[in-house]
Formats: sequence, structure tokens, C-alpha cells
Amino acid sequence: MSRLRELLERGEFVVTGEVAPPLGTDMSAMMRSVAVLGPVTDALNVTDNQGATLHLSSLAASRAVLEAGFEPIFQQTCRDRNRLALQSDLLAAATLGLQNVLIVTGDDPRGGDHPQAKGVFDLDSTQLIEIATGMNDGHDMLGREMAGSTDLYIGAAAFPEAEPFDIQSMRAVRKIEAGARFFQTQAVMDVERFAQAVEAWRPHGVKVIAGILLLKSPRVIDFINTRLAGLMVPDELAERIRSAGDPFEESVRLAIEQVRAVREIADGVHIMPLGADEAVVRILEGAGIR
Amino acid sequence: MIITKPREWERILRNLDEVHARTVFIMGCGQCATVAHTGGEEEILEAKTRLEADGRKVTGWAVGEVACHSGGTRLETRRNSGSIEDADAVLVLSCGAGVQTVADATSKPVFPGLESVFLGNVVRHGVFEERCQMCGDCVLDLTGGICPVTTCPKGLLNGPCGGMWDGMCEVLADRECAHVRIQRRLAEQGRVSLHAVIPPKDFSAKLKPGSVNLREGRERGRRKPSAPGAPESEGGR
Repeated sequence: MSRLRELLERGEFVVTGEVAPPLGTDMSAMMRSVAVLGPVTDALNVTDNQGATLHLSSLAASRAVLEAGFEPIFQQTCRDRNRLALQSDLLAAATLGLQNVLIVTGDDPRGGDHPQAKGVFDLDSTQLIEIATGMNDGHDMLGREMAGSTDLYIGAAAFPEAEPFDIQSMRAVRKIEAGARFFQTQAVMDVERFAQAVEAWRPHGVKVIAGILLLKSPRVIDFINTRLAGLMVPDELAERIRSAGDPFEESVRLAIEQVRAVREIADGVHIMPLGADEAVVRILEGAGIR
Repeated sequence: MIITKPREWERILRNLDEVHARTVFIMGCGQCATVAHTGGEEEILEAKTRLEADGRKVTGWAVGEVACHSGGTRLETRRNSGSIEDADAVLVLSCGAGVQTVADATSKPVFPGLESVFLGNVVRHGVFEERCQMCGDCVLDLTGGICPVTTCPKGLLNGPCGGMWDGMCEVLADRECAHVRIQRRLAEQGRVSLHAVIPPKDFSAKLKPGSVNLREGRERGRRKPSAPGAPESEGGR
């Protein structure tokens, strides 16, 4: 059984991180991240052509994480593959020993490095979660019995601060009904709203891992506010980082506070350090988790 | 209607050069391309001026009633057979369907003068929006009369995606999220929980090339049975 699942089901507070596969075949930079993040996390997300930009497949990179002795969360977007390829890759994940999958819609190709690409979206993430659940039960999306089933711990993305919340929350509930067992959320900026979202979702039977994003520089904040979909850094947080003598140190302090604040609410944290991997260790130590 | 937009002019000239066309006949369309202001009389005369400025001779031009109508287009080419005969090539200012109809009606090389872009709603004069993909598997019954396949840039059936913010679309930031509009309308009509999850779409309902023949069945005194695996309505194969 997936260790992540075991810990969450035991009610332990988990820590997840994330690594990005390379553009190319040389995984050494990614493996350096794995070496830093692996020992302080319970599982590592391996992104799938993140931001609709070309990278080595999450499937192969997830396997590399596993071989390095850590537990990957294989990410699968609906953007680049049709229903045949998506199902086929879920089966492949299972045979490669990958035990966690995070199923997401995926950013639109128009925002990526291949804007001429056809966005596939043959399935949406809710549908794919339902299909993955069926594969765990031994059948494909047509209901045909398969020779050997998957045993994937299925996760999804969730957006606690998106407005209108009732509409976004309804979709989150449908993902749970479809079989999502854990959520990794968009970066938490407002703990109170995050708490309300957890309250809305948890009764449906899902573990909620809070996204913590290191706002490591004013430039990162500008990028999020102008270019990144589905997230805005509130003025007071942006101002706090901008006016700090050392914005990076301030962002680490902020992240520590955020981890402490969500600790009593969430089932875990997913830390996104935007390349500053060493900061993850400091954040966790600062928050008294590792 | 079918929305067309001008094709890159240099590309048209290259096409004509490929067949050494010094003389050209221009054909427009009295229907969609006229409304879209891409293939009516005005645009044909503009193309004529540009071709002449490029040193080519325009032997004649015509705006057929509906370029994609085989019978009408054949009639139009017969009416203009002299000028078409004098031309090295025919330039068609219509959608791709019209271009092919003209290409079937003459032995001359026929080139597209426009790009065909979408099936458009006329929002108001000169403003066109895409609302329908003609997917052959309509979901408007489930989505409050707002098509997510078309108006959600990702075409998701179950949304919104994580890019939605303040009710707005991630991809087209000046547009409201289609799924927010759908859910609002369904809620207003008290139809919220009709469908938990809309199942994956049947893309086989829109396999190319589509074909409908209302005559064949009647002429035989019965409707033609669907081919195995074809949708129940007479539609795409």
C-alpha cells in the first residue's frame, strides 16, 4: 500500500513536495532536488509537462524517484493524452510500482511553450478520476474486466480560495464522489477560507493537503498575480514580502507561519519552494514538523 | 453561419505563381462570406484591384448565391464559362466547402482566398462568436443551454478548472468562466443536481467526413439503416 495513504489514513500529518522532470534526458538536477526533498517529505509529486511546457514524462521520472528510494506522486493531466493513452498510462504506472496518482485537468497549451499544440481534454479530471477508480476495481472505462487491476491512491487538485466558492466546491465534492481520496490544494493565502473549504469537503471522505507556496521574491509575486491562473497573492502578504529587508528570509518566515496555521486544520502540507529546495527543510524545522 | 477571415495574401500569390497564373477568375459567396465581409462583391473588387496591382489580369468575377451549393455553383460556372476558360486559375472567396464545390465545377486550378474558422453566431452586425462545434452529441440539455465544449477553451464537460478566478476564465481572461455561467443558470432554474458528473463525450458522433442523405431512404421507400457503430440519427460516419 502507498505510504502516503497509510499515513493519511492513520491520521498522521503528511508532508509532500514536488520535483520537475527535465527538458531532456539528464535527470541529475531533478535527482538533486529529490535528494534534498525526499528525506524530509512523505511523497514527492512529479509534474506532468507543467505549465503546458515540454518535459520528460512524469511516468519515467516518477519511476526514477521510486528507484532513488522515495515515494512519488505520479501526476497526470488530461491535456496531452486521449482516453486510450490516459488509461494505458494508469496501467503502466501500476506496473512500474507507482502507487499514488494526482489527476488534474492541466493548463491550456496556449499558455505554454507549444502554443500551436492541440489541447486534447478528451476527458476532464473528474471523469478520469472516476475511470481510475474503476481500474482499481479491475475494469476499464468501458466496464470490461482487465487482466490485473491497479491499486492507485487517487488524488486531485482543489481550490479553496477560488470564487465563486460554491461552484468550485461543488466540483471538488464531485471529484471525491468520483473517487479522489486526497486533495492537494492551490496555495493557501487565507487560512480562514481554507478552513471553511476543508470543513465543506472533509465530511465527503477526503484528506486535504494544504498547498504552501514560497513567495520568495517580489518578482515571484508579480508573476503569480499577472501570469498564474487561479491564484492571487493578497495585498497584505505581497506588501509584507516587498517591504522586507530580506524578502527571501521573510518568505520563509511567512511559510513557517502558514504551515503552523494550517497544521490544526489540514491533513498535511504540500510545499512548493519554486526551486529553493533547501528552504523546505528550514520551513519544516521552523514549524516543528521535522 | 460559417465565419471566414482573409487568408495571408502572400500565400495566395504564391499559390497562383505555382500554376503560373497570370489571369484569374474570382468567385465569391452570396451567403456567409458576404455577411462576414470576406467574400462579397466589395471584397472581390478589392482582391481584383490587388491582383491587378500585382500585374495579373482578372478575367471576370461572380458572387454565386451560395458557394457550397453544388447545383447553384455549377450554374454560376456555366454562366461565366468564357471568363473562367480565359483564366489560368480561380480564386474563391468563401469557406472551404465553397472552394471545393467550385473546384468540382471546373477543371481549372482552384485556390482558397479565405480561411474558414468557425460556425458563428451573429452577435450583432459584424460581430461573430463561436457557440457550437457541431459535435454530434449535444450536451446543452445538461448545461443550461450554454455549450462548454465550445465556450470553455478546454472543452471540459465538468468544470470549472483550477484556473477560474473571480468567476473569470483562465485562458481568456476577459471572459466569464463557461462553467460558472452554466452552474448559475442551472441554479436559477432549480436544476442544480440533475447530473453529478457528465460522462465522457462520444467523439465518434462527429467522425469525418459527415454525411446526411435524406433522399436515399425515401427513394427506396424506407430509411436507410444505420451502418454498424454509426449514431442512430443519420449523421457522420
